[in-house]
Amino acid sequence: MNSLEVSNLKIWDSRTGKVLVPHSSFHVKQRSCLAIVGESGSGKSLTCRAIMRLNKALLHQSGEILLQGVNLTKLSEKEMRKKRGKQLCMIVQNGMRAFDPSCVVGVHLKETLAWHYGWGRDDITVKMKRAMESVMLKDPLAIMNSYPHQLSGGMLQRVMIALAIVLEPDVVIADEPTTALDTITQFEVIEQFIQLRTRMNCAMIFVSHDLAVVKRIADEMLVMKDGAIVERGATRDIFSAAQHEYTRFLVSTGLTLDHHFNKIMGGVSHAEC
Amino acid sequence: MAMGRYIIKRVLISLPLLVTISFFSFILNQLSPLDPAEVILHAQGVPNITSELIAETKARLGMDQPLLTRYVQWFVSCLQLDFGNSYVTGKPVWSLLGPAFLNTLKLTLVSVIAIIALSITLGTICALREGKWVDKSVRGIFFLLTSMPSYWLAALIVWYFSVKLDLLPTSGMDTYQSYILPVTVITISFAGIYFRIIRSSMLSNLNEDYVLYGRACGLPESKITLHLLRNSLQVAISVFGMAIPVILGSTVVVENLFVWPGLGTLSVKSILSRDFPIIQAYVLVLAAAFVIFNTFSDIVNAALNPKLRKDH
Amino acid sequence: MKIVTRIGKDKLAAVCLLFIAAILVTGVFAPLFAPHAPEEVHMELRFAASSWEYWLGNDHLGRCILSRLIYGIRPSVLWVLVALSISVAIGTTLGFIAGYFRGKADAILMRVCDIMLSFPGYVMTLAVIGILGAGLENILIAFVLMKWAWFARIIRTSVMQYTDTEYVKFAKAIGVSNINIMIKHILPVSLPDIAVISSSSFGSMILQISGFSFLGLGIQAPHAEWGMMLNEARAVMFSRPELMLAPGIAIILVVSAINFLSDALQIALDPKLMTSRHKWQGKAIALASKPHGKEVA
Repeated sequence: MNSLEVSNLKIWDSRTGKVLVPHSSFHVKQRSCLAIVGESGSGKSLTCRAIMRLNKALLHQSGEILLQGVNLTKLSEKEMRKKRGKQLCMIVQNGMRAFDPSCVVGVHLKETLAWHYGWGRDDITVKMKRAMESVMLKDPLAIMNSYPHQLSGGMLQRVMIALAIVLEPDVVIADEPTTALDTITQFEVIEQFIQLRTRMNCAMIFVSHDLAVVKRIADEMLVMKDGAIVERGATRDIFSAAQHEYTRFLVSTGLTLDHHFNKIMGGVSHAEC
Repeated sequence: MAMGRYIIKRVLISLPLLVTISFFSFILNQLSPLDPAEVILHAQGVPNITSELIAETKARLGMDQPLLTRYVQWFVSCLQLDFGNSYVTGKPVWSLLGPAFLNTLKLTLVSVIAIIALSITLGTICALREGKWVDKSVRGIFFLLTSMPSYWLAALIVWYFSVKLDLLPTSGMDTYQSYILPVTVITISFAGIYFRIIRSSMLSNLNEDYVLYGRACGLPESKITLHLLRNSLQVAISVFGMAIPVILGSTVVVENLFVWPGLGTLSVKSILSRDFPIIQAYVLVLAAAFVIFNTFSDIVNAALNPKLRKDH
Repeated sequence: MKIVTRIGKDKLAAVCLLFIAAILVTGVFAPLFAPHAPEEVHMELRFAASSWEYWLGNDHLGRCILSRLIYGIRPSVLWVLVALSISVAIGTTLGFIAGYFRGKADAILMRVCDIMLSFPGYVMTLAVIGILGAGLENILIAFVLMKWAWFARIIRTSVMQYTDTEYVKFAKAIGVSNINIMIKHILPVSLPDIAVISSSSFGSMILQISGFSFLGLGIQAPHAEWGMMLNEARAVMFSRPELMLAPGIAIILVVSAINFLSDALQIALDPKLMTSRHKWQGKAIALASKPHGKEVA
């Protein structure tokens, strides 16, 4: 069964009329992970935000987006807001900037959970504590009472994962979740994403330009270039026999990265996915 | 306790500045091309100024002593609010300056409140409606207003409201109504600057990831706007903290126009009559107020923004 | 230069530039453009309405308002420009020394700038006028004294940024002399920055100087100056409000043209500069500017 189905998604700039993403169609099956790969400016983030309907007002979009059979593009803003977070959870690139810098991290967590589920403060604390411990965050209470700048990027990334665990969405969209992290933290966070997938019944869209990471986590992948999808298929097939020239280029340069990653991590196996 | 340490540090930094300011105000007098003793005699309307008379006046005022000794004496007496006597009227400077300072402070504070209210409201509205007609027209109006000489605008307003409609008092500060016109003029001429700052700070915050993540978590726009305001207010508070002393020193034209019994009126009168002790005290008091308000706004800002505290 | 072509595209900015240029030329050649002598008194023409001979009418002494406006360009705009140029020149020199050589010179200069900038500018200008006495020259001297620190500060930052570029390092490595590097490699690239900050100060300086003249602290009668003309008009404001119009509108037009051009220049140069107009905004910028997310694909 498909969790999320995107058909004929088109994104364009309403001022210049420039088309940024022409006719993209793809789907994500329940419990599977789709990776979107491509260099910066290839339209990965635009696609993610289009699914959330969170692109800037100047960017217009058309096409159908079905979440569990419900067409998101037809929903009112109010109904859409109920889907965001609860059914469609996004994890953004830079954890350091994802939380209001003037409030402690807990404020955002409480606001979100209270809004969607109407839970009280104590309920939320208990649930968040459990989830944060499960993503290997030590001392969750102290973290909830810290300002974003007092925590590291990796910790904040895991706080976002923990929030996703509590929210129990149908689809998690992770937009370059590891880009802003150093290699070792990256490894730990990826570990948590893999755990998240196995633990929950959700589908995942994982945007990255790091092929080593994609190879570990994704079942299927899309390769985007200049807004268009140039290649799609099972991750394993693409890595062994890419059809498009651009993908072959990515794979060949990506593998050197991969070796580097291997060396640093002391040859940890990648065969989990 | 980082906050306590920050406050002490910030206050310690401002102390040498205050001393520099006092020294500068002190030597202002010495830089004058005119001999102060001569100026005093002129100001008091002595017909025949002889060199003996000048020497006598100098000795009477202790002007024959070395510069540093005089500076220290002057500084100590300044701390006791004794700024000497006016050359013209012979009255103690503080008896003129004190009430004037208070009047200017009142005008400034009322104006700053009006400016804050206006620029935050309009800044927020315009940032949230970026590029729409509200944004464009408000920006256009403010652009024009900031290019206008405030006294010209003031004159037009006075002419219209007070003379044509005979509604509001045009001079003095007798009733609460006296505030309306001067505050309007000051607000109009300054709100443009602060409106721009609030708007651009709101806009840069709108592009922050926390807004995207908040929306992605399904938070309602009202909550998001509160977070935006919270973050933009930090910029706003530091900016408005600086605005108080800036406006305190820029009310000169408006005060003169509306005959407000404040520092601006006093200072221009003193400059025209070359009443140096008053000019000196005016510079000292305003510069000190400037430094003190800045220090204070830095501290308030650090209290609100934990990141700044860490940086210092 | 790129900036010039980009400004050329912005039609309104081009119009502003032409307007300012026209004003400057008119001011320099005032005797050629003015139909009458600005100080010529005709008591029989007091408060005369506009006519073919006197386009904008006559003031309370029957002097030609148009001619006074044209001659007024000199103190109101041209002399302000001179004062601005001098303080920008001082600021540029010191900013280059501090930003290029760094070290002790930088530390000392910046301390001095800190102290200068912690004084309220308007009050200090008044203080200088207070010591030296009223008069246009004294206001201009006060402007130069008070503004250079602010320019030095910003130009230093700009210079520092360019000193760190590879081509400057390369020029240093192959032994090009410091003066040559500054003139040939840093000055051309920092010129737009300098243009932006000086143009944004220009408008406010014109407003301030007319304000001082309005208070009677600036140029002395009978010379023509826009603020002075407004001051004279103010005396008869209630009976002849129309006298306030011509000089007021002249100031508004010139200042808004300058402000508009300055904004256009800033946007053409770098949209991020949008907010850096006011010195107390240092923190605002620090808070608003965010590190650019790096993507290395």
